[in-house]
Amino acid sequence: MKFLTALLAGLLFGSGLLISGMLDPANVLGFLDFFGAWRPQLALVLGGAVIVAAPAFLYVRSRGRNALGEAVDLPDRRRIDLALVGGAVVFGVGWGLAGICPGPGIALLSTGQPLVFAFMGAVVAGMAIVFLLRRARAD
Amino acid sequence: MTSNEAWHALAGGALIGAGSAALLLLNGRIAGVSGILGNLVQATFGEQAWRLAFLLGLFLPALVFGAEVTLLPRNWAWAAVAGLLVGVGTQLGSGCTSGHGVCGLANLSTRSLVATLSFMASAVVTVFVVNHGAP
Repeated sequence: MKFLTALLAGLLFGSGLLISGMLDPANVLGFLDFFGAWRPQLALVLGGAVIVAAPAFLYVRSRGRNALGEAVDLPDRRRIDLALVGGAVVFGVGWGLAGICPGPGIALLSTGQPLVFAFMGAVVAGMAIVFLLRRARAD
Repeated sequence: MTSNEAWHALAGGALIGAGSAALLLLNGRIAGVSGILGNLVQATFGEQAWRLAFLLGLFLPALVFGAEVTLLPRNWAWAAVAGLLVGVGTQLGSGCTSGHGVCGLANLSTRSLVATLSFMASAVVTVFVVNHGAP
């Protein structure tokens, strides 16, 4: 059951990425290039997604439960620290270099392009480095 | 941007929002791709199923209908450095465009707003340097 609902959610999300044009790094980098031939689509994609998702978050947050009545613990919304901002800045540099973030990266593996596999391999390696460093520090 | 591109962007965005809403309403989970991917390797076997299913769903539409790609990282080193920064940054900062950008903003999270503005700003500066910076 959890498998099927997550598959459905992923199919909606993946269809949205495909239709929106955001799988093409040219459209993402075109948005980020304020001083070139600016392509505003990404703002419409993000805006459309937030407006549709917001009622679901409001509903779950006010009840503390999802639509099936199961308890849901939403993430802390306020704590701002160096890891958050520093991590986001580092992520943005990588995103700006490639025009690919993790969601589109997974979908783009379907193209079979070796450069996409190299990119996503490095993403997982970067995640693993932080995970191992954090675990080493916790020990 | 043509009006056709604008409608595709809005409709695609709405579908991304619907997928995020569905995962929250039915699974009680946040549709943050970097978190789902990062936790996949650390999770216990029973907890992996929904993550794999979501990522499979993310992948299938592009596989079935084909994604139009007109630009790729310049070379292997470019792809590897960009990917490493994305992996390290999203783990440190607890999210990417989907987790902070879509879900966090929809959850009216101050934390995610700060993260989103931060990665947007550094990405804009990066693209400026790459496209218009000194040779």
